[in-house]
Amino acid sequence: MAKHHISTTINGEPVEFLCNTEQTMLDVLRDELHLTGTKEGCATGDCGACSITVDGRLVCACLMLGVEAEGHAVETIEGMADGDKLHPLQQKFLEYAALQCGICTPGFLIASKALLEHNPDPTEEEARYWLAGNLCRCTGYDKIIRAVLDTAADMRGAS
Amino acid sequence: MYAPSFAAPTTVADAVQLLANASGVTRVLAGGTDLLVQLRSGILKPDLIVDTKRIPELRTITTEGGGYRIGASVSGAEAGEHAALSRDWPGVVEAVELIGSTQIQGRASFVGNLCNASPAADAVPALVAAGATVVIAGPNGEREIAVEQVPTGPGRTSLAKGEMVIAVKLPPKPVRTGDAYLRFIPRTEMDIAVVGAGVCVTLDGQGVCRAAKVSLGAVAPTVLVVSAAAAALVGSKLDDAALATLDAAAQAACNPISDKRGTIEYRTRVAGVLSRRAAAIAFKRAGA
Amino acid sequence: MAPDGTTSLRIIGTRPIRPDGVDKVTGRAQFGADFQLPGQLIGKVLRSPHAHARIRSIDTSKAEAVPGVKAVMTAADMPDIPNEEAFVGEGPANFRDMSDNTMARGKVLYDGHAVAAVAATSAAAADAALSAIKVDYEVLPHVIEVEDAMVEGAPILHDDMFTAGVDPKPTTPSNVSRRMVFQLGDVDAAFEKADIVIERKYKTAPVHQGYIEPHACVAQYAADGQVQIFCSSQGQFMVRAYVAKLLGIDISEIRVTPLEIGGGFGGKTLVYLEPLAVVLSRKSGRPVKMVMTREEVFRGSGPTSGGTVWVKIGATRDGVIVAGDAVLKYQAGAYAGSPVGPGCMTAFAMYDLQDVRITGYDVVTNRPKVAAYRAPGAPISTFGVESAVDELARELGMDPVELRLKNAAKKGTKAAYGPTFGDIGYVETLEAVKNHPNYQAPLGPNQGRGVASGFWFNIGGESSATVNINEDGTAVVATGNPDIGGSRASMAMMAAEVLGIDVERVRPIVADTSSVGYCFLTGGSRVTFATGMAVVEASRAVVNELKARAAKTWDIPVEAVEWKDGQALPAGSNAGDFEPLSLEDIAATSGRTGGPIASTSSLNAQGAGPGFGTHLVDVEVDRETGHVKVLRYLATQDAGRAIHPSYVEGQIQGGAVQGIGWALNEEYIYDEQGRLENPGFLDYRIPVASDLPMIDTVVVEVPNPRHPYGARGVGEVPIVPPMAAMANAIQDAIGIRLTELPMSPPKVRKAVDEQTAAAEE
Repeated sequence: MAKHHISTTINGEPVEFLCNTEQTMLDVLRDELHLTGTKEGCATGDCGACSITVDGRLVCACLMLGVEAEGHAVETIEGMADGDKLHPLQQKFLEYAALQCGICTPGFLIASKALLEHNPDPTEEEARYWLAGNLCRCTGYDKIIRAVLDTAADMRGAS
Repeated sequence: MYAPSFAAPTTVADAVQLLANASGVTRVLAGGTDLLVQLRSGILKPDLIVDTKRIPELRTITTEGGGYRIGASVSGAEAGEHAALSRDWPGVVEAVELIGSTQIQGRASFVGNLCNASPAADAVPALVAAGATVVIAGPNGEREIAVEQVPTGPGRTSLAKGEMVIAVKLPPKPVRTGDAYLRFIPRTEMDIAVVGAGVCVTLDGQGVCRAAKVSLGAVAPTVLVVSAAAAALVGSKLDDAALATLDAAAQAACNPISDKRGTIEYRTRVAGVLSRRAAAIAFKRAGA
Repeated sequence: MAPDGTTSLRIIGTRPIRPDGVDKVTGRAQFGADFQLPGQLIGKVLRSPHAHARIRSIDTSKAEAVPGVKAVMTAADMPDIPNEEAFVGEGPANFRDMSDNTMARGKVLYDGHAVAAVAATSAAAADAALSAIKVDYEVLPHVIEVEDAMVEGAPILHDDMFTAGVDPKPTTPSNVSRRMVFQLGDVDAAFEKADIVIERKYKTAPVHQGYIEPHACVAQYAADGQVQIFCSSQGQFMVRAYVAKLLGIDISEIRVTPLEIGGGFGGKTLVYLEPLAVVLSRKSGRPVKMVMTREEVFRGSGPTSGGTVWVKIGATRDGVIVAGDAVLKYQAGAYAGSPVGPGCMTAFAMYDLQDVRITGYDVVTNRPKVAAYRAPGAPISTFGVESAVDELARELGMDPVELRLKNAAKKGTKAAYGPTFGDIGYVETLEAVKNHPNYQAPLGPNQGRGVASGFWFNIGGESSATVNINEDGTAVVATGNPDIGGSRASMAMMAAEVLGIDVERVRPIVADTSSVGYCFLTGGSRVTFATGMAVVEASRAVVNELKARAAKTWDIPVEAVEWKDGQALPAGSNAGDFEPLSLEDIAATSGRTGGPIASTSSLNAQGAGPGFGTHLVDVEVDRETGHVKVLRYLATQDAGRAIHPSYVEGQIQGGAVQGIGWALNEEYIYDEQGRLENPGFLDYRIPVASDLPMIDTVVVEVPNPRHPYGARGVGEVPIVPPMAAMANAIQDAIGIRLTELPMSPPKVRKAVDEQTAAAEE
C-alpha cells in the first residue's frame, strides 16, 4: 500500500514524513529524518538505546510504529541541549565520565531526563530501577547513577 | 514484498468493523510492545494492524460502582499513576508495572499483556486473583468474561474474529481485602517471569481468612487458578501449617515446561515459594 | 617527581572533560550504523539454520531476480586463500579460517554461519532476496560442549585437523587442534611436600562481549579498484589488513576511516561484514551498507570460550603454596584458536611457585568462532585457580587475603610462562583490600564475602602519532587507535603535559589509515601505554623544535633554551635576557623561523607493565529462589599511573560488572539441534542497573618504569577476578562451593536442595 503521510512534532519543530506501516519510529528517525542520535542496540525493547519521549512519556522508538507519531510530540537526544547550552544531565555525564564508548549515552540521557521530570528526588534504588531498561556494557552503571543523582540534587537546589 | 495495512479508528464500532471485515491476519495494536517484536522477527505478518489508541474510551480508567474499568489501551505507567487504583488493587498495579522497563511501561497495556497470551504474562495472575473480568466488543455486541477465560494456550485466545477486548474490569474491593503479585526473574528487571504468583485474600475482623484466590503464571500453558492453594488459606491466619499446605498445593498444581528460562523442577519449587511470599503480603495488606 | 624528570605534573592525574564528550552527549557522534553514502545499497547476510551441515548447492537465481536486488554473493566470490597462520590481533589467526568464517565454504559449522549475502535498494528487497536463496544442506551430526567434542567418535568439524603438540603426530583427525604444556620445576615431586592438596574441576560458559553497538560498515569499491571502508572496529589498520588479505587486494588500494565504536571489549578485533560489503560493492558498483541485527551479533560473532579447568594445588600447613597443576580445555568455536594459551600463562601467574605445570587443549565445536574478550583466556583459568585458592584458605583456616599475601608474585618472581616480574603491584592491591572498610563490614544471615585476584600481561606494540602545531599555538594529535573508552582524553593529556599547555588546546583525533602511521589495534590494554608513548615522543620532538625556533629567534644556542609551562625561556642568566616566547608566539612566527612545526613518532613499544587486581565482594543468597544479590563490591588495581583517573575507575568498574554477569547469568543456550535459543538481550542476561551496587575502586600506583608517565594497561585485569570472587562469596554465605558458571538461580537452588538432602541423610 501507499506510504503514510505523517505530521508530527519533533524537538519542538513541526515535521512531516512518509513511512510504510511496518517502519518503526526508530527506522523513521534514523533512516528518513537522519536523526541518528537515537541508537539501535537490539530493536526489541531490551536495551533502551533508542529511548525517546512521546508527549513526555518515555518509550523505546523501536517499539512504536512511525505511523503512531501522527499528531504527537516526540523528543529525541538532538533536542536535549538548548542550542550550545547543554542540559544539566549532559554536563554532569561529562564531568562524571559517565560514558565510555557513548553508544548508550543518548538513551540514558533521555531516560534520566524523564526520571527527573517524574521524580526530582530519586533514591539510588529508584534511579537504578527506572534506568534498568537502559543497558550499558562499559561503565558498570556506577558513574551514570552518580551523575543522575548529583544532577537531581543540583536541579533541586537551583529551583 | 510485505506491506501491511494500518488503521487508527476513533470508535469501538469502527474498530470492530475493520477487524470483522478484514481478510487475512489482523492484529490490534494497543501498546505494541509484543506486537512490534513479533513483526520485527518476521514470525508474524499481519495484513492489517488496527491501532486502538485513538479510541478515547480505551484510553481512560473510570470508576464503576466502586470498581474500576481500565480501557484496553491504558499503559502500565498510566495505571501506576492512578492513585485510587493503586491503593485498592496494589497487587494488580504492581504486576502490570513489572512488565518490562520504564520504556515498556510507557506503552504496554493490561489487555495487550493478556491477549498476547503468553503463559508468563505478569498482569494476568494478579488480575485473575483479584477476580477481574474483561469486556469484549464484537460484531454481535459486547460480552463480559473472566480474565482466565481469555487465554486458551500459548499465543491463543478465546476471542472470535472481529472481537477485541475493550476494557478490564476490577470489582469493588471488599473490606479487609489485600492482593499481591510476585514473580521470579534471574535479574532484578528486564526478564520474562520464570514463575508468577498472584494472591488475593479477604479477612474477617479477627484476621482469619474468609476468602482467597491464588493464581500462578508461567507454570502451565495458561494461567492457573489453584483452588487447593486458596483452600489452604481460608480459615487460617497464615500460620506455618497453612503456608506449608499452600506451598504444596501450588507445587502440585504446576505443569510447567523446561526451557531457556527455567526447569520443571525449579519452576515448581519456586511456585511454592512465591505463593507463600505473595500470601504474606496479601494478608498484611488485608490488615492482618 | 615524575619518571620523565619533570618536578611536577600539571595535567596527568587530573580529570578533564573528554574532548569527544559533547558529541557523545548530544547525539552528534557518528557510530558505525550512523554513516551513509549517497546511493548506498543495503546489504544483508543469509545465515545457516544448522549447527553442522555440508552445503550441497546454493541457488541464488531467484534472489537475483527480486526487484531492487543489485548483487548476490557467496564464498565463490571470494578468493580461496591458502591455509596460512599469522600472529595478529591478540592471538594467532589463520586467514583461510577467517575467510571461511566470514562466508562458509563447503560446510557450515554453526547456527548463524554466513552462507550468502545480498545488496539491494531497500532493506525489504534485501530481506525478500534472502528468503529467495535456496541452500541445499546435508545436515551432519554436531557437537556443542567441549568435552563431548574431545571424545572418540565425536562429530569431526575439520577432516584436516590433527592435534598439534602431541608426540607422535596423530594420524586421525580430531577436534583438538593443539595441546600445550607450560612447566616450571618438578610438580609431581613438589606435591609430596604438601600437607594439604585441593583438587577440583571447574567449568565456565562461553560469554559474549555484549557491546551495545552491533557491527556495521559502509564499503565502496570504485571502478579503479580503490576501496573505501567506513566502519566501527577496534582497529582501522586491522580492518585494512584483513580485507586486503581475505580479498587479495593491495593494502595501498584500501582506505579505512574509523567511525565511533560503540563498545568492543575484544569482539571487534575481527572482520565479519567488511569483506562482504566490499565484494557486494564491487559486484553492484554502488556503496553498500551492512549492519548486523542483535540476533546476528549473538549468532554470528564470536564470544569468548567456555571451558573446563581442572586444578590441583598443594600447600604446607603454614600456608606456603608448594605446587600447582592445571589442565585447561577451551572451546574455540568452529575454527581453531581459543585463548587457551594466555589461559595457561595467566593461571598461576599471581603466585610465587617454583613447581608448576599447566596443560592446555584448544578444541573446536559447532559454535561461533571465539573472539577476544577482555583478558582473553585469563578469566576462565583464574576462576578455577582462585576458587581453589579460596578452598585452600578454608582448609588452612587462613584469611584468604593473608594466604595470597604470603604467596604473592613480587618483583623478581619467575612466572611459569617465562619472564621474571619487574615492578608489579599485586601486593599493593591486596593491602588496599585489607585497608578498605568493606573488608570489615558486618554480614548478616545468608550473606558472605569473597575475594579473588587477577592478572593480565598487558601489551605494547606498534603505534604512531603525529603532533601538529597550528598557527595559533593550539595542537592536533593524530593517532590510529579507535577510542573505545576515553583514550583521546589520555592522548590529549599526555601531549598537553609535554607541551606545557592546557589540555583544551590539544585536539586529539583518530585518523584514517591513509592519514597517520600504522597503529596496531586497540586491544591488549595497549593504547594508553604504547600509543601514549608515541604521543609523548612526538610531543617531545615538537618541544625540541620549539626550543630551536626560540634559539633562532634569540640567536643563542638551542642548549641555552629551556621549555617550561608552555613557553621557551633562556636557561639561566648566562643564556641572555629575553622575554619568554610562548607556544602561541612561536607558532605565529613559525613561517619566518623555518616553517610549520610538526612531528611524527612511530615505535614498537616494549615494556608494558603487567597488571594485577584484587576484588572483594559481599553477596546475599536467597536460599529459596537461588537468587544472588551483590551487596558491596570493591575492586583494587595497580594502574601504574592513572593518566585520567575517572576513566581508569570506569574501566575497572565496567570490567568488574561484566565479570558479575559472567558469574551469575550469562550463557548461550542451545537446543538439541544446536541452534542458539537466546540470541538477544532478553534471555542473554547482562547485568542491568538495578542488579548492582556502586562499584568501589581503589587505584594503586606502582609506576611502570618503561612508560614516560608510569602508565600500565588497565582495561583487561578487572574482568579476571570477579567470577571466583563471587563463587567464594557464595560459599561464604551458604556453605556451598559452586564450580560451574553461570551460578544462575536454578543452579544455586539445586545446590541448596542437595545440601539439605545431604544434611537429612
